[in-house]
Amino acid sequence: MNIAILLDMAADTWPTRTAVCCSGQSLTYEELRRLAAGTARRLRDCGARSLAFLDLNGPAAAVALYGAARAEVPHVPLNYRLSRGEIESLLRRLDEPLIVAASSQLEGLRLPADAQLTHSEALLREAPGQVAPVHAIEHDPDAIAVQLFTSGTTGAPKAAVLRHAHLSAYVLATVEFGSAGEDEAALISVPPYHVAGVAALLSSTYAARRMVILPEFDAAAWLELAAVERATQAFLVPTMLGRIVGQLQLSGEVPPSTLRAIAYGGGGMPGTVIERAMRLFPAVDFANAYGLTETSSTICLLGPEDHRSALASEDSEVRARLGSIGRPLPAVEVQIRDEAGNALGAGRHGLVFVRGAQVSGEYRESGSQLDADGWFGTRNRGWIDEAGYVFLDGRADDVIVRGGENISPGEIEAVLREHPAVYDAAVFAIASEEWGEAVGAAVVPLPGRNVTTVELQDWVRARLRGSRVPERVMLCDQLPYNDMGKLLRRELRREFGG
Amino acid sequence: MKTLKPGLRLKSAVCATEIMVIRAPSLDAVLACGGTEMLGMAEAAPAGGAILSANHAAGTLIGKRYVDALDRVEVLCTRGGDGSLSLDGVAMTVKQAKALPSSD
Repeated sequence: MNIAILLDMAADTWPTRTAVCCSGQSLTYEELRRLAAGTARRLRDCGARSLAFLDLNGPAAAVALYGAARAEVPHVPLNYRLSRGEIESLLRRLDEPLIVAASSQLEGLRLPADAQLTHSEALLREAPGQVAPVHAIEHDPDAIAVQLFTSGTTGAPKAAVLRHAHLSAYVLATVEFGSAGEDEAALISVPPYHVAGVAALLSSTYAARRMVILPEFDAAAWLELAAVERATQAFLVPTMLGRIVGQLQLSGEVPPSTLRAIAYGGGGMPGTVIERAMRLFPAVDFANAYGLTETSSTICLLGPEDHRSALASEDSEVRARLGSIGRPLPAVEVQIRDEAGNALGAGRHGLVFVRGAQVSGEYRESGSQLDADGWFGTRNRGWIDEAGYVFLDGRADDVIVRGGENISPGEIEAVLREHPAVYDAAVFAIASEEWGEAVGAAVVPLPGRNVTTVELQDWVRARLRGSRVPERVMLCDQLPYNDMGKLLRRELRREFGG
Repeated sequence: MKTLKPGLRLKSAVCATEIMVIRAPSLDAVLACGGTEMLGMAEAAPAGGAILSANHAAGTLIGKRYVDALDRVEVLCTRGGDGSLSLDGVAMTVKQAKALPSSD
């Protein structure tokens, strides 16, 4: 089902309800539909075969997403934080694009010869008078809706392909149509080029919820906007939540009273951050939404009740679930397999596979990576407990091979983070003459707390097998994360691993 | 009789209802709304004009999903209307969605 139908349904039912507001601009659902139809016409008129979006998040991002869908060309939002050279090389990988960009993003950019250009402000102007609802037109559910370049933490960015069928399956399985109350507003502070940014637009549209967009994240600005716009819910990456918690502790402000729900994902959440956030926002429902670009965002969810019972529990197994990614969504299956491809039972560590109608597992260059039965290998390692909660050990590429023994950084990081003086920790391979690879750790102590490397090694030794004890522990002020909260382990390896 | 498969879109011949097939085994069946078989989006209503049957007038609601009695076929109502849906003469019922916490 074409994702533009989601917008049509919302606009048919609530034409005058506010769809998006951002920096003083606002669009109703009917206006958003009209502008999307205008963009679709522009795409058809110029014969473009993709739409490349190069701007901060805002109403134009929503218009571009639905406009491209109506015209049935891929919407390709690009990371504006990349260097000019990197953006140029991504643009060269696109099929006759119409580039929709902010003027400020175009400085010093050399455009491909077949590219056409329009300014993002122009998308918010021309709108045709009469709009044929997209559900009156035949559409191909297997057409590409969105193409996203993965963050490339392990190499060159890959072009992940999400078809209309994948994205609409995700929305239909997770959102009840028109379920948002008139007073609800989602505060969106993730960029448009991230799958969470795409999912936020689609889910809020189908729920007919008002979207409040913060184009550039800053903790103080987020808190202010949440209060002014009376936001009821938000999605955050862990770094953002950490900064909001820090800001509240610094200023002594009370969190916005309208906030009911915060979902987080996009990277590992330090236990100290989520525990502090839950104490600061006792009335807020927290959900850990774990997903991948290749799976149309969320596949596993640790819900509000799980959060509260884990925090309150004396049982270490229940408490540990706060560090899990929760259980698979009802329409998603997760399986753990060994290296030979055999399915493993509860408690056994292996590779994480996922299956469901929202799982694309496809790249522009290399095609579908699904196996014959439709399973996608996430390249993450993990395990599932008796109650079905999924735990991640880290990426398969990050496994440390110490004298032939495979060691996942995740379990050591989890133990280090439990230490009362530790704020954050990362574990990675370091070169070792004796073992080939050995365990290295970078640890960020809590402000004002002293901890020695020997204490930390003893802490791990008391809890895990001897081979897991980091040979070297580096104390540092912060760990390298990308702007979406993903730990850049390769940078740690480069800095400390030699 | 139409071959039902996911992605197929149909409109009512007697009211404003429009639906999309979400789930179906490749199945030949009569999907009706208001007592008259539904039409392809590009199909014209039959001459003479069918009328809404009083036995199939409970209405459809936009955004609701309807399943047949054997739970083989699931459709999404993309536009509501006065007729109600049936598969091979048997009424389809609203599928109750399980509420999930918001993840975006």
